[in-house]
Amino acid sequence: MAEKMLMKGNEAIAEAAVQAGCRFFFGYPITPQNQIPEYMSKRLHDIQGACFLQAESEIAAINMVYGAAGAGARVMTSSSGPGISLKQEGISYLAGAELPCVIVNISRGGPGLGSIQPSQSDYYQSTRGGGHGDYRTPVLAPSSVQEAAELTQLAFDMADRYRNPVMLLGDGLIGQMMEPVLMPDYRLPADLPQKDWAAVGKPAGGSAPRAVINSLYLDSALLEKHVNGIYEKYAVIQRDEVRYQAEWTEDADYILVAYGAAARIARSAIRRARAMGIHAGLLRPITLWPFPADALRELAARAKAFLSVEMSMGQMIDDVRLALDGLKPVFLCGRAGGMVPSVQEVTDAIVKLKEGV
Amino acid sequence: MESQILIAGFGGQGVLLIGQALARAAMLEGKEVSWIPSYGPEVRGGEANCGVVIAEESIGSPLVTEPVLLAAMNAPSLQKYASWVAQGGILLYNASLADAPDVRKDIRVHAVPCNAIAENAGSVRSANMVMLGAIIKLLPLVSVGSVMTTLHAMMGPDKADLIAVNRAAVEKGMAAV
Amino acid sequence: MAVVFEKTSMLTEKPFHYCPGCTHGIIHRLVAEAIQELGMGDKAIGVAPVGCSVFAYDYFNCDMYEAAHGRAPAVATGCKRVHPDKLVFTYQGDGDLASIGTAEIVHAAARGEKITAIFVNNAIYGMTSGQMAPTTLPGQITTTSPYGRDPDLCGNPIRISEMLATLDGPAYIARVSVHGVKYVRQAKNAIRRAFEMQIGGMGFSMVEVLSACPTYWGLSPVKALDWVEEKMLPSYPLGVKKEAFPEWNLKS
Repeated sequence: MAEKMLMKGNEAIAEAAVQAGCRFFFGYPITPQNQIPEYMSKRLHDIQGACFLQAESEIAAINMVYGAAGAGARVMTSSSGPGISLKQEGISYLAGAELPCVIVNISRGGPGLGSIQPSQSDYYQSTRGGGHGDYRTPVLAPSSVQEAAELTQLAFDMADRYRNPVMLLGDGLIGQMMEPVLMPDYRLPADLPQKDWAAVGKPAGGSAPRAVINSLYLDSALLEKHVNGIYEKYAVIQRDEVRYQAEWTEDADYILVAYGAAARIARSAIRRARAMGIHAGLLRPITLWPFPADALRELAARAKAFLSVEMSMGQMIDDVRLALDGLKPVFLCGRAGGMVPSVQEVTDAIVKLKEGV
Repeated sequence: MESQILIAGFGGQGVLLIGQALARAAMLEGKEVSWIPSYGPEVRGGEANCGVVIAEESIGSPLVTEPVLLAAMNAPSLQKYASWVAQGGILLYNASLADAPDVRKDIRVHAVPCNAIAENAGSVRSANMVMLGAIIKLLPLVSVGSVMTTLHAMMGPDKADLIAVNRAAVEKGMAAV
Repeated sequence: MAVVFEKTSMLTEKPFHYCPGCTHGIIHRLVAEAIQELGMGDKAIGVAPVGCSVFAYDYFNCDMYEAAHGRAPAVATGCKRVHPDKLVFTYQGDGDLASIGTAEIVHAAARGEKITAIFVNNAIYGMTSGQMAPTTLPGQITTTSPYGRDPDLCGNPIRISEMLATLDGPAYIARVSVHGVKYVRQAKNAIRRAFEMQIGGMGFSMVEVLSACPTYWGLSPVKALDWVEEKMLPSYPLGVKKEAFPEWNLKS
């Protein structure tokens, strides 16, 4: 029987990936995600046919992912903000060629080289596509080590189901902290589509058409058709894959919207506010794209105001505002540069919300 | 109720291990727990610290800002974090490497000469285990038994002699406060 | 009637889009024939670049990838690591391999990645209509070196084969040309040898093929072949640059 282990978020992500059948990992060192490639280099070494490779750059790593994903394998790469920026070219190609893979971003403060402390300032980059062209990547945002393990495995399944890169967006705090983890008992969903499109070396005399892994469509009409097809897939993702957690929302006058590490701070702040008699609640998006817009809109019937709690200068708040479409006022409690808001700071913001509305 | 604990010192003093032993012991007892280290370039030979939160219900922020207990393994960390300790909290400091702090009356302060005690017990390298002993004596969040079981698991079966040294150090740390 | 020559089945029926006099077509055929002759048709996986040969995936009759500009060696690496028993090759031009993709090719070579790179060097960017390439010769006029390539301004051409031959990872590196029958035969042998190295698991292999671009050199097809002989050969000497296992062959 599996037992609880105390693991770092980064280690839990790596182990969960291996247990979900990830046998190929290509990466490049960057803080604060280094435990993922380190763990993979050890773990994959002893698995027959598996491969860990430290690439010469983030760019090479994501293109190795493209190669392995196109070859039909479960494959992952991980990095942090600056490295994810470099990978964006490849992510666009992966989305264009409809290749499944998992990309982990254990993000840090930006812009530029920024800091190595936890931050959520890659929200736009993650949820808006990030690279060039019309595409989206589902973004899963764990707020505990246990959830990091679970969402990693879900990410592989979603990637295969929709033939699309899936991003796991953590931050330095989620990656570096240790919490008890019960590794999920992973089972491959029986209904995942076959990878009959993969480049495997066409069998001699076979009737199967040869595989062409490609994102180039010089004929605009053909490209539009291709993009429309991808967006039909995205519509299904938006319909079926929205995930969130609501806490203390039944009687909430004030709804905090926060994900990942910020949601942990928000939860503590709500406890303090409730001890003061303020009815605050938490809506925690687990999928950042697709964003839980309907759930937010439903809460607007009762809630008086919304507070977007972010470790960024107001990025997710755009999605909160789009969801509410003016129904209720939306405010920001954000910190930047790798600063994590304190529980008291968020509590004060809740109090101000009450006084201001 | 969440209890925050902060352990701080130099890199190489086994500061992170103290925190991990506490966290694992708490996990063993079925408690909610989180452990978070300082990370990045500053830990290369410089300051090292980790925060542990132990609770009965799910933990909100894993960041330690108002510890009920601070264990400072050296003078700079004592200086830096003494003011963080929550009212009525406990401050333990390694008296082998730091002078008595000139401090607050609203907390309990204990001097633990960790290095000296560890040296007497057989190895100065187990100074962190002395501090761990002092912590579990004063902070009744985890049992001595769980901590010992945890240390056993963390060391591995082929390090029986090391376990004996560490056990002795933990016990001496408990006796020191 | 006996068939004395037929098109290799490793090429599709799709007509090449290459300009008149361009030698990409010859090089495609040599690569395809080599794969077929080695009996690797059902094991070949190719990676096309960005450049004139961007549509190579339409021509090679095997599983193919289209890679981002310069990244074909990384894509081939990912594929080969998943399918170590397949014949994985890249087909790249000089802009792709020797400019934007230098990091990828150098590190694939350094790792001894068991892939084969077919590197087509025509000293110019053809697809984007005639700009200066990393392999453009000093004094050569292009649309972005309208007064001739000035080494003081933008350096000298890169001799990729010689550079990679200094590494430990490659098993075989050769530079060949296709501007005459004799050269075509040598090129074919080199390409075969490179594939054999991969099949034998000996390491990284690359064949640099000098190629003519009459359109952007502003020459007739015949004059372009002469230009390869007169201008390119002195700068890019032909020959095997590295043969790590000279005694080894597929039968051994």
